Amino acid sequence: MRSLELAGPQSVLADVALVAPPSIWRRFPSRVGTFCLVELQKLSHDRTELFTRAVQPVLWLVVFGETFNRLHAIPTGGKSYLDFLAPGIIAQSGLFVAIFYGIQIIWERDAGVLTKLLVTPTPRSALILGKSFAAGIRAVAQVIVVLVVSLLLGVSLTDNPFRILGAFAIVVLGAAFFSCLSMTIAGIVLKRDRLMGISQMITMPLFFASNALYPVSVMPAWLRVLSKVNPLSYEVDALRGLLTRSPSHIWLDFLVLLIAVVIGVVTASSLVGRLAR
Amino acid sequence: MTALAEQLPLPALSVRGVRHRFGDHLALDGVDMTVDRGEVFGLLGPNGAGKTTTIRLANTLLPLQEGEIEVAGYDVRRAPMAVRRLLGYVPQQLSIEAALTGRENVSWFARLFDVPRSERKERVATALEIMGLADAADRLAGTFSGGMIRRLELAQALVNRPTMLVLDEPTVGLDPVARDGVWQRVEEMRNAFGMTVLVTTHYMEEADALCDRVALMHLGKIRASGTPDELKAAIGPDATLEDVFRRHTGETLVGDGTKGGLREIARTRRTAKRVG
Repeated sequence: MRSLELAGPQSVLADVALVAPPSIWRRFPSRVGTFCLVELQKLSHDRTELFTRAVQPVLWLVVFGETFNRLHAIPTGGKSYLDFLAPGIIAQSGLFVAIFYGIQIIWERDAGVLTKLLVTPTPRSALILGKSFAAGIRAVAQVIVVLVVSLLLGVSLTDNPFRILGAFAIVVLGAAFFSCLSMTIAGIVLKRDRLMGISQMITMPLFFASNALYPVSVMPAWLRVLSKVNPLSYEVDALRGLLTRSPSHIWLDFLVLLIAVVIGVVTASSLVGRLAR
Repeated sequence: MTALAEQLPLPALSVRGVRHRFGDHLALDGVDMTVDRGEVFGLLGPNGAGKTTTIRLANTLLPLQEGEIEVAGYDVRRAPMAVRRLLGYVPQQLSIEAALTGRENVSWFARLFDVPRSERKERVATALEIMGLADAADRLAGTFSGGMIRRLELAQALVNRPTMLVLDEPTVGLDPVARDGVWQRVEEMRNAFGMTVLVTTHYMEEADALCDRVALMHLGKIRASGTPDELKAAIGPDATLEDVFRRHTGETLVGDGTKGGLREIARTRRTAKRVG
């Protein structure tokens, strides 16, 4: 009988070898790296999205930005409005990329891929962290396109490579948070159509209730409160400080975004299992 | 545990007294089964019998409510990560990342199973080769046919060299040629790596031809188990597994009308087999 021949002590040893896992401290970065790599591979096979998604930010900069640049209607502390606006639009394009990730995870559930991911030795939190950093990578790729467009429009951006890298780090954190927000909602509503509706409903308010288009000082009091609790405001503030050397609170912004990401990852990972039931 | 018991190899899968509810619906009503190492074990039954629920409990996708499940001695409640490392799982639904190439799909899972970097490239290539996908490996998986996707999924499950391969309805939705291809590869993998295979199916002929042992499941319970030959011999000389299934379930659980229906289906299938 085949079953008896194979059931020697060897197969038990094989189990032990299989089960001996790399430590959790190595596994987390390894999973995050894996999901980022997969994201880059997907992106390399289809780059059209990078350009179609660049259309909207370009319109904001060219139409809205150029117009208000001439109006001088918004107080920007001595800067041109385009310089003021560019970091806001960069944050926005990251937001729009990230908010898609909840839809993507539902799509993966519908396609059966999520089920397979959930039975790999990947803790739920590592799966969510991996996906949120993948969102960050894709957002950075998108932001590079917007940065180039901004330069062509004459926005005076920093040429300090460390500041640019810092800005990328901020974009990654922002996208990580918003993708977690999106995946959290996905874990609650469970249906693609519903999530698409909600995503559309929340992205514009998140954008308008932030300092992306106008400074906090011109907002009515109620909007100031919303802007204060909106992570996008902190992202924009940090990007302004890093890219256009405006006065900002970079370390506070960084800390707020980091805490937001931790909360986002914890919440989304506690809900993602619901998608597979 | 005695010293002797520790030396004895534990079964690949042991399920004891498992009940599972989805709301008011009792999906599993006391399931007991053991899958021995190295065997191809078929879990058979119609849609809704509880096969997929059993598998999803064993691979940690669903939380175990009542009973015990161990994979190679690892408890699914206490050591879910160890259980996941031991299993290769191919779900019923054809599921690959269409925007990646075949090789990238397999490599992805190699990383998720912590296949060491030094072995990764070679193991990915070997898995693709065994599945007959070496030539198509660098094409986008979105261009693959159904049979190729299923073989790609087998490569994803194989790259970890699992102790037990769990296949949920692996041939549903495939044309006969692709179906044979899938079974042939599973057989080759089993012979090459000596792994245990747990497969669910509602194609009785497939199970009869390919499984060492089968369990017949109906309405959340296992009604009969044994080798296909044993089960058939107990019914009569020319009995098929479908006859066995009807004997163990039809009497008590299926009304007359449906019984005729089942017989009708069985007859049609046999005819189809002769003609085809």
